Amino acid sequence: MNMVAQNIAARWVAVGTIDDVPLRGARCVKNGAMTIAIFRTSSNRIYALEDKCPHRHGPLSQGIVHDGCVTCPLHNWVISLETGRAQGADEGATLTFPVKLEGQVIYLDLGGV
Amino acid sequence: MDGVRAHTKASASCGTCTPLVEKLMVLTLGDAFNPAAVVPMCPCTDLGHDEVRRLIVAKGLKTIPAVMQELQWKTSCGCAKCRPALNYYLVCDWPDIYADDYQSRFINERVHANIQKDGTYSVVPRMWGGMTNSKELRAIADVVDKFAIPAVKVTGGQRIDMLGIKKEDLPAVWADLGEAGFVSGQAYAKGLRTVKTCVGTDWCRFGTQDSTGLGIRIEKFMWGSWTPAKLKLGVSGCPRNCAEATCKDIGVICVDSGFEIHFAGAAGLDIKGTEILCNVKTEDETLEYIVALTQMYREQGRYLERIYKWAKRIGLDEIRNQIAGDETRRKAFFERFVFSQKFAQVDPWSERVSGKDKHEFIPMASLQLEAAE
Repeated sequence: MNMVAQNIAARWVAVGTIDDVPLRGARCVKNGAMTIAIFRTSSNRIYALEDKCPHRHGPLSQGIVHDGCVTCPLHNWVISLETGRAQGADEGATLTFPVKLEGQVIYLDLGGV
Repeated sequence: MDGVRAHTKASASCGTCTPLVEKLMVLTLGDAFNPAAVVPMCPCTDLGHDEVRRLIVAKGLKTIPAVMQELQWKTSCGCAKCRPALNYYLVCDWPDIYADDYQSRFINERVHANIQKDGTYSVVPRMWGGMTNSKELRAIADVVDKFAIPAVKVTGGQRIDMLGIKKEDLPAVWADLGEAGFVSGQAYAKGLRTVKTCVGTDWCRFGTQDSTGLGIRIEKFMWGSWTPAKLKLGVSGCPRNCAEATCKDIGVICVDSGFEIHFAGAAGLDIKGTEILCNVKTEDETLEYIVALTQMYREQGRYLERIYKWAKRIGLDEIRNQIAGDETRRKAFFERFVFSQKFAQVDPWSERVSGKDKHEFIPMASLQLEAAE
């Protein structure tokens, strides 16, 4: 799981359980105007990224999840779920959020928002 | 080639410049680059599409993890290139056994709508053979008003596209359309899209056969089938060809003596007139030949390879021999298609109206709403 951001008080919010997110898939959490995509990989790791590709703002939550990455549905950019960075020769990054799993419950840290 | 694509974007989108890029690479790299070498499906494997398809059948591989394990995939769960391809091959080869893996499908096929640049979706119901009536049009108008759908467009496949629908609204839109008798038009599918028709002998003074009726019959027989790439058909009632059947994947030109069956046309990235498969005398034969041709393409085509590219690779005469020249083979292709349709002809919209894949259409949480309560 990601490190909690320094200097800012963590604000952990329960957003659902791991079973709510399909394996190798994603679900969305609406936070006001922002949408955050919660991803679950084939190895049951959970990640949270803003639902917005750095390229043309495609909804990453709708992409195919594979090997710790998601492929954007609009133009096939591959984004790392760990770092939010575009892979390969593409450049750009999407916001990532700290997320943790306690039992079955997924907590998202919105302290930095 | 993948390296050139990643760094320059040449040959990386529509792919029409690929032969030029290959020439440049031959010029620059000499013998170190062999454009005729088997191209691997994707960086996850060294095997090409044909080899993977052959091994799926030969080894009886029936799930994506089984394919990846047996064929020694280099990644843990594939990528966005190989997963949809493997999913298609398994759907095609084991129609009664394979459990479709929706997480390996591109978003459009996963939610049965077309994603747009702003993340909204478009919805295209089937209009069999391009025919409609006041009841259907009224139902569409009501849906457009009720859901404040911002754009309505007549498509090139003779039906109506509603654009700009929020994902959360899709099941409710489909429910209303379903009540009016509409089913999914599969406008998003690597599968049967439309059968475009002209008005034929019903109305036209030049019509030689019931092209509308034949088009509807073909569409009702073939809807729901998955193919390597999209499949668009056309049936014209006379050689004036108002349904533009001679640039379709498969086309029919009706003539006084029967039906001229065409295939392997293109009117997209490439523009190419169709080739003639053969002439037949009856509607029944037309349907049988078209269905058999489609099944041959389904079994042999590489994922995302349109029928004209497959035909060029296999050879036009080889296809004519197998479909028109070999009755046993043709009937076997036909029967395999019919068997596969038993599992494929389920309207995906009504399934989702009934609650299938509910998680796709609702957010997991809406935080500020909860805080306000």
